[in-house]
This record gives sequence, C-alpha cells and structure tokens, in this order.
Amino acid sequence: MPFVSVRDLKVAFDGVQVLHGIDLDIGRGEAVGLVGESGCGKSVTWLAALGLLPGKAKVSGSVTVDGQELIGASPRRIEAVRGAKIAMIFQDPSSALNPVHRVGRQICENLRLHRGLRGDAARAEAIRLMDIVGIPSANTRFDLYPHEFSGGQCQRVLIAMALAGAPDLLIADEPTTALDATIQAQILDLLSNLRRQTGMAMVFISHDLGAVSTVCDRAAVMYAGRIIEANDISQLFAAPRHPYTRGLFDAIPYLDAGRARLSLIPGTVPDPRHLPQGCAFAPRCARAGDLCRDYQPELKEQAGTGLTACFHPIPTGSASRQEVFA
Amino acid sequence: MLKFTLAKLARALLTILLVMSFAFIVLRLSGDPAQIMLGPDAPQDAVDAFRARWGLDDPLWQQYLAYLKQIMTFDFGISMRDQSPAIDLVLDRIPATLALTIPALLLKIAIGIPAGIYAALHRESIADRGVIMFAIFGFTIPSFVLGLVLVLIFAVTLGWLPAGGQDGWEYAILPIATMSIGGIGIFARFTRSAMIEVLGQPYIRTAMAKGLPWREVVWKHALPNAAVPIVTLLGFMVGALIAGAVVVESIFSWPGIGRLIVVSVANRDLAVVQCILLVIAASMVMANLLVDFAYGVLDPRLRHGHAAH
Amino acid sequence: MSALLQAKGLIQQYSTAKTFLGKTSTMRAVDGINLTVREGEILGIVGESGSGKSTLGRLLLGLESPFKGKILYRGHPMPEPRTAAWRKLRAEMQLIFQDPLSALDRRLTVSAQIGEPLEIHGLAAGSERAERVAELIAKVGLRQDQAGSYPHELSGGQRQRVVIARALASNPRFLVCDEPVSALDVSIQAQVVNLLRDLQDREGLTMVFISHDLKVVRNICDRVAVMYLGRIVEEASSDALFSDPRHPYTRALVSSVPKIGAGLHGRIILQGEPPNPAARPSGCAFHPRCRFADADCAATIPELERHDGRLAACRKLRHTLRPAA
Repeated sequence: MPFVSVRDLKVAFDGVQVLHGIDLDIGRGEAVGLVGESGCGKSVTWLAALGLLPGKAKVSGSVTVDGQELIGASPRRIEAVRGAKIAMIFQDPSSALNPVHRVGRQICENLRLHRGLRGDAARAEAIRLMDIVGIPSANTRFDLYPHEFSGGQCQRVLIAMALAGAPDLLIADEPTTALDATIQAQILDLLSNLRRQTGMAMVFISHDLGAVSTVCDRAAVMYAGRIIEANDISQLFAAPRHPYTRGLFDAIPYLDAGRARLSLIPGTVPDPRHLPQGCAFAPRCARAGDLCRDYQPELKEQAGTGLTACFHPIPTGSASRQEVFA
Repeated sequence: MLKFTLAKLARALLTILLVMSFAFIVLRLSGDPAQIMLGPDAPQDAVDAFRARWGLDDPLWQQYLAYLKQIMTFDFGISMRDQSPAIDLVLDRIPATLALTIPALLLKIAIGIPAGIYAALHRESIADRGVIMFAIFGFTIPSFVLGLVLVLIFAVTLGWLPAGGQDGWEYAILPIATMSIGGIGIFARFTRSAMIEVLGQPYIRTAMAKGLPWREVVWKHALPNAAVPIVTLLGFMVGALIAGAVVVESIFSWPGIGRLIVVSVANRDLAVVQCILLVIAASMVMANLLVDFAYGVLDPRLRHGHAAH
Repeated sequence: MSALLQAKGLIQQYSTAKTFLGKTSTMRAVDGINLTVREGEILGIVGESGSGKSTLGRLLLGLESPFKGKILYRGHPMPEPRTAAWRKLRAEMQLIFQDPLSALDRRLTVSAQIGEPLEIHGLAAGSERAERVAELIAKVGLRQDQAGSYPHELSGGQRQRVVIARALASNPRFLVCDEPVSALDVSIQAQVVNLLRDLQDREGLTMVFISHDLKVVRNICDRVAVMYLGRIVEEASSDALFSDPRHPYTRALVSSVPKIGAGLHGRIILQGEPPNPAARPSGCAFHPRCRFADADCAATIPELERHDGRLAACRKLRHTLRPAA
C-alpha cells in the first residue's frame, strides 16, 4: 500500500474549480516531482491534502496517509499528521519564518510538538539539526532572528524544522525558486543528501524541470488542475507523450544548445473560470482533433510508457529535443 | 543604542520647543489679552498698566526670549486671571481629566482589541459584520453628538444618570462611555485588519504546517506580529490622555484640562494656555518615545544598533 | 561591429544605514567596470543578487550618474540626468524590467499605454498615432482587439508585450532588459524571448539583457559578462562562456544549472553565502568561496585581462587552472 494515496481530489475557490480530480500515490522513500506552470494546481494539491487552504476553499475527494483519511478529518487528526508524518517547506524562505521569533525557538517548537523535547535537550537537538542542514556556527546562530539570515540559510532553517519531526514525507514547494543559482545548487544537494540519509519520501513541486529531474525518481506533469502525464523521470524526459509536456520541454532553453530559436506553445494557460470544453490543452495543441474539443481524456496507461491523458499522444518513436542535442 | 536614545531625546525636546514657539506666536497674534481681560470699555490707563505689568509692550522677539528663559528655569508664568502660578492651575486639573481618559482607554483596549481579533478569526461571520458596523458607527459619529444623545437617553429620558458635573463616580459614566465608544470601534477595526494581514503571511502557513494547534498559531505566531501596528495606535491614544477630553468635558461640565483650556483661550490667559500646550506636547512626545521603545521590544527587525546580516 | 556604448572605469556607490547623528557607511554596487556594448548585439549580464547587475543597467541607460568613471554613447559622453540633452536621449534608450504589472498604469488601456511615449516625445498625433499604435501592437504579437483592454485583463506574458511595445514606440536604438522574463512561466517566457530576438534581427536593436537565468541568457545573448560583487569576472561570447567557462565562479555558476538527465553528479557546489556588497572581502571578492584561492588572491584584486584569448579576472588562470577543453 502506498504511504500517501490521493484519490479524485477536487478544490474550488468561490465556486471556481481549480483542481479537477487528482489521483496520485506516493510510496515510502520515493521522490516524486510535480511539474507545471503557475496556477496548474501543483501546490494547491498538497495544501488541500494538509488542510492548509483558507476556509473558503471547498475540498472533496480522499487523501489517505498510512490508510488514515485526511479530508474531512478533525483538526486534531490533521495536526497530528502535519510536521510529524508529512512536513512541508515553501517557496519564499525569508517570509516563511516568523520574523519576531528567534530561529532556534522556531525549530524547538517542532521538537516540542513532535518529540516532546524541551529546554536544554531541545536546544541541543535544534543545534544538531542546524549543523546537519549546514548552518555554520549553529551554536551562536541559534539565538538570531530570521532577518539576520540570508535566503538560502532561511531555507536551511526551514529544512531543519521539517526534519525535527522526523517526517516520512517532505513536501518541498518550489524550495529553490527564490534563491540564487549557486544557492539553488546547494539546497538541491542538501535535499537529495538528506533523502538518502533518512530514507524519507519527497514530493518536489517545481516549474524547474532540470531541478526535478535531478532529485526525483518519477514526475507528474499538471495542466489546468489535472495531471496530464506521469512517468519515470528518464522515460518522461526521453519520450514525453503528452503534447503539453513535449511543448514545455521544448520551450526551455538548454545551456548546451546554442542560440537556436525556442519552439513555443502558442496561446496562454486557460482561465479556470472559463475552461474550454474537452481537453483544457486542446486550443493550444497542434495534435488536437474534434474528440479532444468535446471530451476530457482520462489519465491512463499508454502501452507500458506511464500514464498520459491524451487521445492523440505523441508516438514513442519520435525524437525529442533531448536526444537531438545529447 | 545609547547614541540612538540620546538622539531620540534631542528630537523630542526639539518637537516640544517648536510646539511652544508656535503657540507663543499664534496666541500673541490672535487678540490683545488686555482688551479681553479688562473689557472693551476699560480706561486707557488701566489697559496701559496691564500691558506694562505683563510685558506686552516689548517687541515680540524680546517677549519670546524672556519666555524661553523663564521656561528653562521651570517657571511657567502666572495666570493673568487668577494671579496664581499657571502650572498649579494645570496640575490641579489633570487628575480630573485622567479620571475620565484612563478608564476610557482601558475600555477601548479591553473591548476593542479582543473584538478585532475575534472578527479577524471569524471573517465574514455575523459577529465580524457586527464589529465592522459598530466600528463605523463609533468613529463616524462625532463625540458631541454621541454625548448629547447619551445624555438625552440616560439622563433626560430615563433619569438613570446625571447629565453633568462631578459629584461622584456615577457622574463619570456618561463621559467615559462617550469617549470610549469611538475608540473601541477604532481599536477593533485596526486590530481586525492587522490580524487579517498577519494571518495571510507565509509564516502562519509554516506554523500550521508544523502541526501547531490553531490556538497556538494565533497566540504565538499571529498576535505578536499584529501587535506592532496596534501599538502605534495605542501610542497615539496614550498621547491623547490629557488632550483628548476637550469636547467631552465641555458637554458634561467636567472640570478637567479640557475645560480649563477652553476658558483660558477665551480669556487670552497666555501663561495658562502655554502651560497646557507644553504639558500636552510633553505627553505626546513621551507617548511617542514609548512607542519607539515598544517597537524594538516587539519586532527585532526594528531594533537599532542591530546590523542586518 | 562598432561600439554603441562604452563604459570606462564605472564606479557607483550608495550610502547605507544612516545613523541619526549623520554617520553613513558606503556600499559599492558597481566597482570599476569597463564594458563595451556593440551596435546590434545582445549583451548578457549575469550574476547573483548583490552583484550590481541592475545598477550597471541603470548606469548604462544614464538613469543615474556614476560616482566615478564615464559612459560614452556613440562616442559622446552621457549627459547629466534631467538636462535637455538627456531628455532627448530618452527616446533612443529604454528600460524593460521584471514586473510588467507595476510598470504599467492600471487605469490606461493598452493603446493609451503604448501611445503615451509618442505624445511625450512629440512623435505622432491623431490618426498617425493610432496607426503607429496598431503597428506596435502587431509587432509585439498582441491582437488588435486587445487595444482596449486594461493591464489587469491581460496575462503576464501579454503585459510584458505591452511594456515592450511601449518601449519600442519612440523607436529606440538601445534597450536594457532587466530580468524581463523572470516573472513569467516557461511557455510564456519562450514567447517573449523569441520576440526580443526578432526585434534584434529585424530592427537591429542593441540590447543589454540582465538576468540570473543562465539558460535564457545562453539562448538570447551574443556575448555575456559575468558579474560578482560589482566587478566583471569574465566576459566572452555566449558560446565560449557556456561551453568553456574559465573563471572559477563562472564554472560554478554554469555547473549549478541542473541539466535534465544529468543528475547531481559532477556539479560544482559552491560553499558559502551569496556575496554581500556591504561586506566586501579583500582582494578577489570571490576568494572566500573559491577552492583555488590562496593568500595572493586575498590580497590583490585581479584585473580583467586576456588569458588564452579570453577575458577573465583570476590570478589562477595562468598556472593552476588550465583551460578545460
């Protein structure tokens, strides 16, 4: 049985549906990437699962952790999962820490909640965690405030906080997006080392396909509130089957690809209030036919090459850009 | 840190000096005290004697320098009307004013802040709408209207409370109510928006994602951050403890500073008006200093002598 | 190609942390830069936050005057800000920056936004102006029926197109694009990048493209300068710089970009924090994070000079660091 199992998860804000039924399993120790452009629902999926959306959000479907249902569970049941079984780190580390509390105290809060540590024991453990995530002279920096840390170090503090509850799953929501290139590399390195050492599972939410490919075992691509393709990293990148996935890959410039003109996806992401009928990607898709404009394709197995939600997937034989420039 | 404090103090003294100078000049340009004190029919020699007695014949700048010199020695002048030291008149009246403003302030805090927090935590509930409506009512209705309406209801119609004067605790109820209703609204509104802003911050989501119970998220993570804007408002209200009762004291014939200033301005009793303004300016400046100090306690980012990175 | 713009010995500093009693400390954002922008090229400027790349962009446009050094535009010194000569130059050089929503006036329609510079510079009025606006709308790939829309009705990519159309209205010869696509999603980013390249090809525009996204810089720029703490540490053609970076910082930067399918192996992970201009290390500013650095590096600031035909500022290039290729 998978550790986390998401079934038909739907979310609506003020009557506008933004998530249209997500099915996703996360196994123990597995690293899964969630890829897509802003507004596609990749963060909302996990905020909804953990009950972190504002009250006006309407959530339905099922999310089970170790068989325990989270959707509709009492606040106490969900609080017992947050931070302990599933921890989460966020995009903008500097504002994700409380500015008026000392950094050490914020880590100790997790230790008190999840491991019952207080006082000197908590302090010692917090310093150990700060060491593990690579904060230099943790002993003295324990008593500093978040504004005295750089963005990269704030992200390390958040990771230390996440580790404090010894979670089985870490949700990393765009953890490197707000950071500089060399610091991004440090954080990616740290996250994959920690995963190797602790064996925790990870969901890596990002629009940076390169980053996803380096830390994840498999990935799901989302578009307009649905998963449209899911596969092992190597297969997904070598032979994307959904035209959107392919278009996304082709739109990204590559460092070793010279000044070739970028191929692009025409048009823009649809407004969730006025989604087209049928496949949401059809209006931008060169392969779309009448079927696509009338019916929503199901996410299903495509001849042993992962899951794709497309009536006219790209044939497996066609070369992707990845191979052209390899 | 010490340097910073000294600089703050210097600025505070400068503010007081500016207020005093402004008051000094405006008062002297706005009417002749001799005419007003002695009446329009006073004989010329009486007027001349009065002017000579109070130094009103000297050029303005000489009067000003003399006044500054006086202030430096903590001599605040003699009331032209009572012939007694102005400062004594003022100090006599302060307790009466504080007897109204301090309970009113406590009420504003005790009711306004919790109401604002509750409204923010239950957004768009009936209670939230009620708080907003009360707040709008509270700070749109002028205190002289509110005071008179309260008098009409509780003193004239129902006869439960006295309409004016100062002769026991029941006399203070209507003035305090008049003063606090608007302030409760302001505090509630301010606290509500401060809390709503803070609750939308990423660190609140972090605190929830930790698994903290909602109550702890509110008390330990949201409130300390919302306190900064609330303290600004609180500072303003503390600064107005002495000056904030002019209208209400007049309505309820309450013998406080407010009444004294109205009477003294009408009589051009220069020393008394200047003395009151000095006390008011000093209390405002003190409140500001307290707020600055409180900022540093509440928010480490606003602490001075603390280099970022 | 002839030089359109030349920067010589540029230094810019700001005062920071004014204490009440008037003591100020200064922070150097740009610390001695010599740079030539050639006519018709897209010159990339890359660096992390605090590297001074945005300040350099503003200096090149003449939006602020340097503390020291000078800028020549077509061989003539840049006029002082807010003089008549300076105002005349504004039509010729334009700035495009990251957040299109804040760059646009939210009460004006698309056509009014685009037409505004025509009015300011007295370039076109009446039906001529309407024609010119329609032409600009077409040029940046917006639809004519969007002319009456307001900024909030457009997507991020469309807004950035409006900003670009407005910048093009006065027929500029020189654009500084400061992180123009960083706020945009990948698929939209490609659209804007292609648009900028078309402008270079068709109109012969010269651009300085400031970005922290190396992949985009690689794709759009002819030449690239890498900045670290206010100085250029390496400058080369885009091809040479990305295929064979020389300076240790450039190597780490290029290596830090995750490559699809390459995993994390063999990447150079720089230790330490991003540079802080308020606490500049002595000598080579990069030395505390550099694994090749020695005492010399901590003592002397290396000049940007030729090593094997390549411009780089590193004392180690001569001996320790041989070209990788």
